[in-house]
Amino acid sequence: MGEELLGRYPYFLTALLLVVGLYGMLGKRNLLKKLIGMTVFQTAIFLFFIQGATKQGATLPILDPRWGTDPARYINPLPHVLILTAIVVAVAITGVSFALVLTIYRSHGTLDEEAILEQGRKR
Amino acid sequence: MEAPFRLLVALAVSPVAAALIGLTGRHPNIREAWTLLAAAVKAGAVLSLLPEVLAGRTPTLTLLEISPGVSLAFRADPMGMLFALSASLLWVLTSLYSIGYMRGLGEAKQTRYFASFALCLWATMGIAFASNLLTLFIFYEILTIATYPLVIHKETPEAMAAGRKYLAYLLSGGLLLLLAVGLVWGLMGSLEFQPGGFLSGDLDRGSLLLLFLLFFLGFGVKGAVMPLHSWLPTAMIAPTPVSALLHAVAVVKAGVFGFARVVGFVFGQDLAAEVGGTPVALGLAGATILLSSLLALHQDNLKLRLAYSTVGHLSYIVLGTALLSPSAWVGALYHIVAHGALKITMFFVAGAIYVHTHRENVSELDGIGRQMPLTMGAFALVSVGLVGLPPLGGFVSKWYLGLGSVEAGEGLLLGVLLLSGLLNAAYLFPIVIRAFLAPSPDGHRYGEAPPLLVGPILGAGALALVLGLFPNPFFSLASRSGDVLLGGGG
Amino acid sequence: MAHLPVLVPVAYLLASFLSVLGGLWRDRLGYGIALGGAAAAALVSLWGLLLVLRQGTVHSFLGGWPPPIGIEYVLDPLAAFLASLVSALGVVALVYARPSVAREAPEKALLFYPVALLLLAGLTGIVVTGDLFNLFVFLEIASLAAYALLATGKGLSPLAAFRYLILGTIGGSFYLLAVGFLYFTTGSLNMADVAERLPPLYESRAVLAAAVFTVVGLGLKMALFPLHLWLPDAYTYAPSAVTGLIAPVMTKVMAYALIRILLGVFGLTYGVEVVPLLPVIGWLAMGGVLVGSVMAIAQTDVRRMLAYSSVAQVALVALGVALANPLGLVGGLLHILNHAFMKGCLFLVAGGVYYRAGVWGVAQYAGLGRRMPWTMGAFTLAALAMIGIPPTAGFFSKWYLVLGGIDAGHWPAVGVVLASTLLTAAYFFRVLEGVYTREPVPEVAAVGGSEPPLGMLVPTWVLGGGVLLLGLGNVLIVGRVLEQVARDLVGG
Repeated sequence: MGEELLGRYPYFLTALLLVVGLYGMLGKRNLLKKLIGMTVFQTAIFLFFIQGATKQGATLPILDPRWGTDPARYINPLPHVLILTAIVVAVAITGVSFALVLTIYRSHGTLDEEAILEQGRKR
Repeated sequence: MEAPFRLLVALAVSPVAAALIGLTGRHPNIREAWTLLAAAVKAGAVLSLLPEVLAGRTPTLTLLEISPGVSLAFRADPMGMLFALSASLLWVLTSLYSIGYMRGLGEAKQTRYFASFALCLWATMGIAFASNLLTLFIFYEILTIATYPLVIHKETPEAMAAGRKYLAYLLSGGLLLLLAVGLVWGLMGSLEFQPGGFLSGDLDRGSLLLLFLLFFLGFGVKGAVMPLHSWLPTAMIAPTPVSALLHAVAVVKAGVFGFARVVGFVFGQDLAAEVGGTPVALGLAGATILLSSLLALHQDNLKLRLAYSTVGHLSYIVLGTALLSPSAWVGALYHIVAHGALKITMFFVAGAIYVHTHRENVSELDGIGRQMPLTMGAFALVSVGLVGLPPLGGFVSKWYLGLGSVEAGEGLLLGVLLLSGLLNAAYLFPIVIRAFLAPSPDGHRYGEAPPLLVGPILGAGALALVLGLFPNPFFSLASRSGDVLLGGGG
Repeated sequence: MAHLPVLVPVAYLLASFLSVLGGLWRDRLGYGIALGGAAAAALVSLWGLLLVLRQGTVHSFLGGWPPPIGIEYVLDPLAAFLASLVSALGVVALVYARPSVAREAPEKALLFYPVALLLLAGLTGIVVTGDLFNLFVFLEIASLAAYALLATGKGLSPLAAFRYLILGTIGGSFYLLAVGFLYFTTGSLNMADVAERLPPLYESRAVLAAAVFTVVGLGLKMALFPLHLWLPDAYTYAPSAVTGLIAPVMTKVMAYALIRILLGVFGLTYGVEVVPLLPVIGWLAMGGVLVGSVMAIAQTDVRRMLAYSSVAQVALVALGVALANPLGLVGGLLHILNHAFMKGCLFLVAGGVYYRAGVWGVAQYAGLGRRMPWTMGAFTLAALAMIGIPPTAGFFSKWYLVLGGIDAGHWPAVGVVLASTLLTAAYFFRVLEGVYTREPVPEVAAVGGSEPPLGMLVPTWVLGGGVLLLGLGNVLIVGRVLEQVARDLVGG
């Protein structure tokens, strides 16, 4: 049992980070803290993909004449490629969210979600 | 002109008229001309189809497919012809009366009024001539929406509340019907009306009974069967020509017509008898007849009294349909026309009295007969008809309904019909007696109502009389329809 | 035309880029390029629809790499249907946007059109792609564009967009997680390929995780109850041109993605027999219809009322899918089309009213029937369609949904569809009563108020009139397109 748990530690780590990220996004009132949560959340997913690409006894996916062309000697590059794309998406999302945060700060003067909602409801 | 094309004209003239009415709102005389023209054209088109239908042919018209396997399709058969003819003829009278009434009271929003009226008649034609359940349902719902602006016409808080109640009831009834129609499609894969019904006798009895009840309740809302009738008295808040239309011509008759259509052409009388739903229908109809008459006795407001009277008479038709006997069927269909003419006259009188004297209550009508002899004379004449006495149309239908009860072995219901006649007399005759014999409380000299109102009153009253003395062609249509059901052809 | 499927999103991307450049040079040019690009994309989509109906599905391999190695784009009848819908609505919305944006958010006008095109690129990309990860990319492109557009309003608009961003990112990320699970178990990202490889793996927990994450992730994006909480705020505060563009199509494309993946990749058997996913979606959908409709009744702001109404309507689509039979799916798909027109028309009316009268409240719509007869006429027509009065389009989607429910013996679903008629009537007649029977409130009377400009009125009526035409012509759509699609996905 212990062996299994230890063997699957990447999954547990991913799950932990997902939960932390979710808590940040949904449980915190400060907008920047939400964004931090979002980043943690997205990173967890990246880690999940990357660790899924690993193989025992394999090396980086750059052709090396010593190992030949046997795919089993190289880790799977596809998830890495997917993650690169996903990181780009995440960067774009982060960029848009910062722009939103700036706009919100300019018009409301605070980054506390509850306070902003109160302001908005009063108007 | 080919028969299908005339059928199309009968159907299409109304929406076209409604659009024209909407556009010429600022020119009242032109606007009213559209209404009268449309009514005349429609009645003419329907009448032109009469010879064919009486000869045993059924002109059909198929428009477009609106659901895979089902088309928007129409067929002029005797039953549909009866309903359509009575509606279109009565619309002519109602249009003339409306003009007099609306102008007499100086009502606002007349454009909306006349346009909605035209759309109502469009929907009524669609219901009458529909050749399958989906077409009937579509026009049934259009009728609900088209009559809403008429109910809320006065736009007072009471009128708006009445409108909401109206919609709640009628839309709910529509939903029950939608479920029923959907079930028929799911069970049979077809929605086309067939004389003698098209539901298979092999279907399980439970489903058939449920189907029957859904149709009964769904149509029963517009047909004002108790306890689903409550919207009708509340809707009296509408202007009187609207009440005349709702009660004599369109909405309520559409309900009972739909029920009859389903019993005759979806279930078939034999299957309906087996299914076992008719006792419920008979029970509720019988109870409605008696209770509504008793309630009518208690109403001082004339329109409310007439409303409860209508509730009762509609259940005559439901009763006749559910008795499943040939004479009862004829009587029920004939009552659609006869009651239409009779009740419309009464509502016209109520409206004329209101326009002329601003009186609404029975207790205020002492001596009015001497001052408005033609108006109250017509009222007196048709009261006799509603009680079911000759020589008016009401006698013919009542006779056949009575005959049908005996045929079906329902002596109790015969008793109900007779008792109802007495009750009708109890709530109608005193009005007539006091109008002509009691002294007027204030001695106001009113004189007769304006000609645009009296004309239609006399016209409708005459129609009721004609229906009693010369029942054809309506009677032929009714009995042909009965033959069609038995013979399974046509 | 081998590369037809790709052409649509690419056209939008290109037009978006050129629109920015053009707009920097001449204001009108930016708009012109945007509108031209949208029109071109719409024509290509419609042509693609006709082509696909006649000749069958078109496959396109990006870069020439065949699947399962390369990224594949697939234009089948369902995809062509949705692509045409999205791009046609895009044109209508862009025509409407010019005067509307000028009135509500003039300072954002320059970048509005390029971002709107990006949104359309993302949406059509979702529709035509045949690759799971590629769908994620387009999903986020569309979502990002939506976040940006929804933030352009006043008041709480940026915050509403921010909250949508948070929830939407969770959704997208969950979907990405699901893709990961699917890739690790099947070794492929191509939808058709994965669909073939999955059945032996049905019992696997990883596949279950993938399915659940897909449903939750896409459910968040399509505002399926109870994951709909971002929608009311987002639609309420955004400018009308934005809601006019997003409300009709966005959640529907997300629903399409769910249909494509759940039914097309996992397969009907999985969602019904292996794991009761479809029944669960069905119950959530029923909840959504009821909650959305009831909440709509309680609203005083027309936009918020329409937003909750949208929650209820997308739930109806989900309900059609959950019935798992051809009639139900036809009803759901037809409702995607019908609702796009109905809700689009309604939001365009709201914008038109604001344009002239400056008000958003239900109570303030009083008396507008006389002042804006054409605008309110379109509103009435669309409202009757939403309620489900024949022969408008809305009735027919309800009709097929009811038939599907009866077919499946799913009486609660039938009851909910019927009940939604009454609930919808409640909140629309409340507005109609005011519009046609009450006097205008002082602030509206003071402002005057006649019809909004033709540039807004014509698109409104294109959608409003379409509601009636779609109803009468529904057999054309159902018979030629939807029935086949439904049979392919749910059999029978």
